[in-house]
Amino acid sequence: MKLCAFLLLSALGTAQVNFPRIVSGELDKGNWLTYSGNLEAHRHSPLKQITPANVASLKPIWIYQPAIAGRFETSPVVVDGMMYITEPPTVVTALDPKTGRKLWRYERQLPTDLQTIGFGRVNRGVAVLDDMVYVATLDAHLVALDSKSGAVRWDVAVADYKLGYCLTAAPLVIKGAILTGTAGGEAGIRGFIDAYDPKTGKQLWRFYTIPGPGEPGNDTWAKDAKGNDTWKTGGGSTWVTGSYDVKTNTVYWGVGNPGPDWNGDFRQGDNLYTCSLVALDGATGKLRWHFQFTPHDTHDWDATEIPVLTDMVVRGKPRKVVIMANRNAFYYVLDRDTGEFLVGTPYAKQTWAKGLDDKGRPEVIPGSQPSVEGTLVWPSLQGATNWFSPSYDQAGGTLYVAVREMGSYYYKGEAEYKAGTFFAGGGERALKPDDNYGAIRALDAATGKRKWEFRLQSPPWAGVLSTAGGVVFGGTNEGNFFALDSKTGTPLWNFQTGGEIVANPVSFLVDGKQRVAIAAQGALLVFGL
Amino acid sequence: MLNLIIFALTLAQADPLVGFSPAEGKRLFDGQCAVCHGIGGGGSTGPSLQKPLLPRAKTNAGLVTVIQEGIPNTQMPGAWQMTEHEARLVATYVRSLGKVEQAPITGNAKSGEDLYKKSGCVNCHIVNGVGRGFGPELSTIGLRRAATHLKQSLTDPAANVAAEFMTVRITTRDKGVFKAMRVNEDSFTIQVKDSAGRFQSFNKQDLAKIDHLPKESMMPSYKTRLQPAQLDDLAAYMAGLK
Repeated sequence: MKLCAFLLLSALGTAQVNFPRIVSGELDKGNWLTYSGNLEAHRHSPLKQITPANVASLKPIWIYQPAIAGRFETSPVVVDGMMYITEPPTVVTALDPKTGRKLWRYERQLPTDLQTIGFGRVNRGVAVLDDMVYVATLDAHLVALDSKSGAVRWDVAVADYKLGYCLTAAPLVIKGAILTGTAGGEAGIRGFIDAYDPKTGKQLWRFYTIPGPGEPGNDTWAKDAKGNDTWKTGGGSTWVTGSYDVKTNTVYWGVGNPGPDWNGDFRQGDNLYTCSLVALDGATGKLRWHFQFTPHDTHDWDATEIPVLTDMVVRGKPRKVVIMANRNAFYYVLDRDTGEFLVGTPYAKQTWAKGLDDKGRPEVIPGSQPSVEGTLVWPSLQGATNWFSPSYDQAGGTLYVAVREMGSYYYKGEAEYKAGTFFAGGGERALKPDDNYGAIRALDAATGKRKWEFRLQSPPWAGVLSTAGGVVFGGTNEGNFFALDSKTGTPLWNFQTGGEIVANPVSFLVDGKQRVAIAAQGALLVFGL
Repeated sequence: MLNLIIFALTLAQADPLVGFSPAEGKRLFDGQCAVCHGIGGGGSTGPSLQKPLLPRAKTNAGLVTVIQEGIPNTQMPGAWQMTEHEARLVATYVRSLGKVEQAPITGNAKSGEDLYKKSGCVNCHIVNGVGRGFGPELSTIGLRRAATHLKQSLTDPAANVAAEFMTVRITTRDKGVFKAMRVNEDSFTIQVKDSAGRFQSFNKQDLAKIDHLPKESMMPSYKTRLQPAQLDDLAAYMAGLK
């Protein structure tokens, strides 16, 4: 009998995760195959076992603690009886989802001179395809591991970490390619999105988020006072996993802030494609369209939030759309095929724009720019939301967003580009903790209107997960992992994990039973009824 | 020539502030540091920097490090947003403050110590292990707070209450109302210390109401309880606790 169970487990463990399986998502079968659960980035589980009626009896099933201390931001991938997580700084571990016991481990030997400029030594997850597990590393490599052993199949240098390029996001699988972005927006990098052959690691294409000479948009980067080419050091990082429309083979990926962050004098112009969403041809990496949320940003409002793909009726007309709750405090609905601006409305306090014009361009309030003396603006530089994921319930047409209600004094300072150093030109001073708060907000996805909110003690750093069972899960800085009624926002359950939650929840099945997982500081916790 | 270079390098290593002028640093300081240390560095919620010797930054290089990295376990954050050059400018300005004549502490610290013991302070505060730890620990308060601020704390304790000593008013479902000091709080629970010094913990949904009272203090005002000269003495005593 034990032998049968072993053979069955082995059989499950060796199943190929081919691309059609990734496209279907298999969430109803209890898998969680991609960073956001599906390629459209919904982070919504169709599982229904956990409901508002029974969630109060949710209990921890197991806890896993990484060997190396650090901030644990992983979003697990679960497939065929295996769980793949990443641990700080760049570690991949395969776990038994039934017990939390380790099956194999890959630890990246990082260079001793590695610096992460402007962010932590973190990793947010893996991608899987066929019999490989892919991880993007802090020293800017993309590595393919054997899904059964963790052995390195290939390892390619994506960029030079010495110049501030670092990879922290989970790679994205699309048709015939593995995609990765890069962090480094405070180091004067030139951002990009890269595609690699899943079998060999050969680079297939690169899209630079900052156009070079002769390309459209390069003229949005005026030379600085010393005559330097500012596009070369303009930032435009791509540090959060994008989404993908398989039918049109289109990649949707958010682009980060221009550099230097808070001193825009160095880089007059709109600074394309920073603070934009770009839609790329998955086969070639060619730009199909772009939409810039914050032209000439001076507040560090990266547009690297999760772009959610869905079809919905907008103002009486069926539309294929991409929606995003942006760091700049506005919620956007764009046509997915053309980038046309359809809806834009604030979902959190903002004091920098009178509104958006009919093309979606912000009408900036004079005097809201950083200054030497400090300029108080909402939202803070961490934005009204950030990299942590929203969740989208297509059936209810609701986007659940973890919102940061926080203002900051923005300072403008000096900036001089030196390779591999901080290139930011200022900073912020946040208001006192008790002047800020957080919230989980349910937005009508077609209009951005608020359906409900649940207030949090402080501006959160954890994403949300909605489920067909009618429960929304989220986490707090103070360590609470909690469940809300997805219809009303009423709190139903919470568990003190003992550490700050800076991660996204996922849900899956183990032996037919629904589980919910969340990383909290130095532990991964898995809950079940 | 080589010797000259070595000498210059040694000098640069020894003193990172050579060649910097305080005027430029003042603009940065006023914008980013004065909120705690006061315009002119005379101290506010943060300590006065108008001192020739700063105990946490005895060397100029140490001062630059403190500005960049902050001081662990205190409210002093690291100014990660500043470049090395900017941190040096600020450090140069801060050092120039040491040459400013300090607002004199007029009180007598010895008399202040007697007053501290006689006026009931030990019922709530601890100095060097003596007293009751309901209010802030005062053993090294002079390192963190200027005498002017300490005097204000005596006469108007509610003027500036640190977040970790915030007063809350708890209303229970059976209409019981009491004030306490908030010790910790999350979205679902709150932990307080009541006036008897007991820790209490509540689920928020079990309470009728929680009022946060950042403009109130559990400490009584000593404005009329003590003479002005006695207040100066007490402030002088506390400013000397380092």
